[in-house]
Amino acid sequence: MSTVVYVEQHEGEAQRDSLGLLSQAVGLGLDVCAVVLGEQAAAVAAGLGALGAKRVFVADSPALAPPLPQARVDALEGLISEHGFENVLFASSVLTADVAAGLASRLRAGLNWGLVDLHVDGGQLVGTQPALGDSVFVDVGWTSTPRLALARTGAFEPKDVGGDTEVIPFEPEIAEWSTRATLLDREKTVGEGPAIEEAEIIVAGGRGLGAPEHFSVVEALAAELGGAVAATRAVVDAGWYPYSTQVGQTGKTVTPKLYIACGISGAIQHKVGMQNANVIVAINKDKNAPIFDYSDFGVIGDLHEVIPKLTGLVRQQKSG
Amino acid sequence: MKIAVCVKEVPDTSASKRIDPGTLRLDRSGEGALNLGDTNAIEAALRIKESSTDCEVVLISMGPESAINSLRKGLAMGADRAALVSDPGAAGSDIVGTTSVLAAVLASEAPDLTLFGQQSADSDGAVLWAAVADRLQQPLMSQATNLELESGSAKVKRQTEYGYDLIEAPLPCVVAVSDGINEPRYPSLKGIMGAKKKPQEIVGLESIGVSAEETGTAGSRTEVRALNDPPARGESQVIEADGEAAARVLAFLNEKKLI
Repeated sequence: MSTVVYVEQHEGEAQRDSLGLLSQAVGLGLDVCAVVLGEQAAAVAAGLGALGAKRVFVADSPALAPPLPQARVDALEGLISEHGFENVLFASSVLTADVAAGLASRLRAGLNWGLVDLHVDGGQLVGTQPALGDSVFVDVGWTSTPRLALARTGAFEPKDVGGDTEVIPFEPEIAEWSTRATLLDREKTVGEGPAIEEAEIIVAGGRGLGAPEHFSVVEALAAELGGAVAATRAVVDAGWYPYSTQVGQTGKTVTPKLYIACGISGAIQHKVGMQNANVIVAINKDKNAPIFDYSDFGVIGDLHEVIPKLTGLVRQQKSG
Repeated sequence: MKIAVCVKEVPDTSASKRIDPGTLRLDRSGEGALNLGDTNAIEAALRIKESSTDCEVVLISMGPESAINSLRKGLAMGADRAALVSDPGAAGSDIVGTTSVLAAVLASEAPDLTLFGQQSADSDGAVLWAAVADRLQQPLMSQATNLELESGSAKVKRQTEYGYDLIEAPLPCVVAVSDGINEPRYPSLKGIMGAKKKPQEIVGLESIGVSAEETGTAGSRTEVRALNDPPARGESQVIEADGEAAARVLAFLNEKKLI
């Protein structure tokens, strides 16, 4: 099956999940090409041979410079029409999800999203889509081509297989209306304290903390355990904690040895950012909170009682 | 000024959800509720309405006829009217089919601004806005944590994996708001009483000019092949907090050699 993997890049660096997806497609024995768009696309493309992409299509026009989806849909539409790819694979991100959905609409193509696995069964491409709070794993397929697939964050790991690739530039045609949305400014966020991506232990706080000043409870436990502090999107949006500490779909993806979730309900947007932690401990007042479905140890109760007490016990143990 | 808010009824989160083993679709027979993220989109629309002199907020949805009950919650919050496309032929639509339906309604309503909320609480919906914007050939801005309208354009602050982007697009455009953009209001008693009297239109596919082949199960380009149990997670335990909870967490962490 002729397959193209859309590899998203940010300032010349390929998005890791795109590379994982590329490896997955190569591993399935599909006939795999990749496509990279935007400034520095060619530099990213050169590195994709190592992951097994036979050919990489690159386009770098001014319309593709800002990280906005609609011009990318135009570029991909042209490429797919010209080469007749049967499978078009995407790894989820804020930008890529919009590109995949826009393309589905443009090509009147089937799109399965949120996939945690992709395999070939009896010559058919099949995706695994968790549903109902991940309580059911649905095998999904396509009834027409091209088949569009959007993988969930953290679904696949990149694997170096070695090899060269042919980089093929192309000139996309961009519609006027696709560039009507314009980027005015970018606000970069710089982290303070230990980077949460590197931390072996993370203590994270959510809305259940009740107020921004209650992050001190989380910070105290993190300090005692030698870990970093993380936050959910809800509290970052509310201005309680900096964006650089946000874990989840639009934040960081972390894989610590221990993740302690304090007052975090554990909605899917958060889950995708931390589900690969070795051990997950959750403290939440709501016994129906989804976080308990994927915690190794859960406490239903008031974090303001349990966490300070735990901090004290850890301190005692360390000094004793 | 006209603002359309695309909303969706989802199964009530407090009720247990199931997939119908016969149709392999989400069983929507139980009590429904308005998708939580959609209330953020309605709130965003109402704030614009309240700061302008002449503004209409229209709720647009597709679903079973009973979904009108959930739309009434949006009317109770302050939206002006609701249009629901309900047709047996539209059941089981994939993203392209749903896009055909919503785009047809939006094309005839011709709003200045179309809003969507964060991904719906059931399995789908995370990507619908981009498909609808493409069909309408309108600019799209998603993951908006802030939205401002000024002189014929919309300005959005968008959260991404790398920080925040400030994006601008001329109206008409499509904006998908994040659940962090605002705190949705609760409907007032007066709002709830008034909601029943607000215009609520239920229409079929024919009246919006969408053919049954384009939508529903018949038009779907994706299929459900099988349902499986999720892979088992290792042993896990959940305890009710008592005086010993902290000590038991510590014991667990020691057992796992994490301290």
